[in-house]
Amino acid sequence: MSTLNVLNKSPFEKKTMEQCLARLADGDSVLMIEDAVVAALADTAIASQLESVGAAHALYVLEPDLAARGLSSSSRLAAVKVVDYSGFVELATTHERVHSWL
Amino acid sequence: MAIEVNGKSFETDEEGYLADLSEWNPEIAAVMAEADECDLSENHWEVINFLREYYEEYQIAPAVRVLTKAIGKKLGKDKGNSKYLYELYPYGPAKQACKYAGLPKPTGCV
Amino acid sequence: MEDEEYTGGIEKKIIYVNRRAPHGTVYALESLETVLIGAAFDQDVTMLFLDDGVFQLKKDQAPEALEFKNFSKTYRALEMYDVEKLFVEQESLAERGLAQDDLVVDVELVARKDVGALINDQDVVLSF
Repeated sequence: MSTLNVLNKSPFEKKTMEQCLARLADGDSVLMIEDAVVAALADTAIASQLESVGAAHALYVLEPDLAARGLSSSSRLAAVKVVDYSGFVELATTHERVHSWL
Repeated sequence: MAIEVNGKSFETDEEGYLADLSEWNPEIAAVMAEADECDLSENHWEVINFLREYYEEYQIAPAVRVLTKAIGKKLGKDKGNSKYLYELYPYGPAKQACKYAGLPKPTGCV
Repeated sequence: MEDEEYTGGIEKKIIYVNRRAPHGTVYALESLETVLIGAAFDQDVTMLFLDDGVFQLKKDQAPEALEFKNFSKTYRALEMYDVEKLFVEQESLAERGLAQDDLVVDVELVARKDVGALINDQDVVLSF
């Protein structure tokens, strides 16, 4: 009965990501899109926090949003998998519900 | 749009609902009802006054289902039913009575 | 759209997640209006108040001074619309120096660690 949690705010600007991660249930996944993709990068101030979440939950990042920001070839956290738009759709169908955090 | 009452003009929306509910007075209700060829009896006023109190308390014009239930609770089962309310307000008790009461169109009323 | 199947008879469990303070943005009012309109469709509705969303239920709001409607009074009408499951996260209240007594309606408190499970018990999540 897992939820796909979709985040689109930068963790350096808004607390949305932190607020979402604090409420994940077992089996929930997180997809980072739009400005939230910056959280997928290695060596950020929140990298270790994201790595520990990644140990318990599947983490995804949307490639076109990385590319748009010039971040496609930047090094990323090992815990994060990259998906394209069809991967996004597949995630939406393999989870029971989608929660888009505003 | 606007409605003329005793030589004064009150703004309404395109469906005839009063724009500013604080401007309401009983004569406005009477003029609106007259335009619909509806004679306002004591029973009509009871519903209008009920709606104004309901709005004051909850800041919402109730959906017809909610209105019927709430009237039943306050005024008794013989009045808290669709038949009674539709006989008073054939255009729909929530819609029509809310208009006369100066309230906006009920939320959830399409 | 004549081939489209009418699915109005299916009852779904819908949770409205409210995370914004009222008045500064329109989210709180939009959520409330959606719940009230949706109540006509006989769905199984839960409202959850998290983070700054708990301020939506604060007593003694007087937004009339800003010429805004005081829709905090409308939460007390939800019961009449058969919306009876109102959850507030305990930690969100405490972080903001609020207690259950500060709220306009009776609510059920939920601990942060149980919020995920509450959401996972639903068919649809609507976030405001």
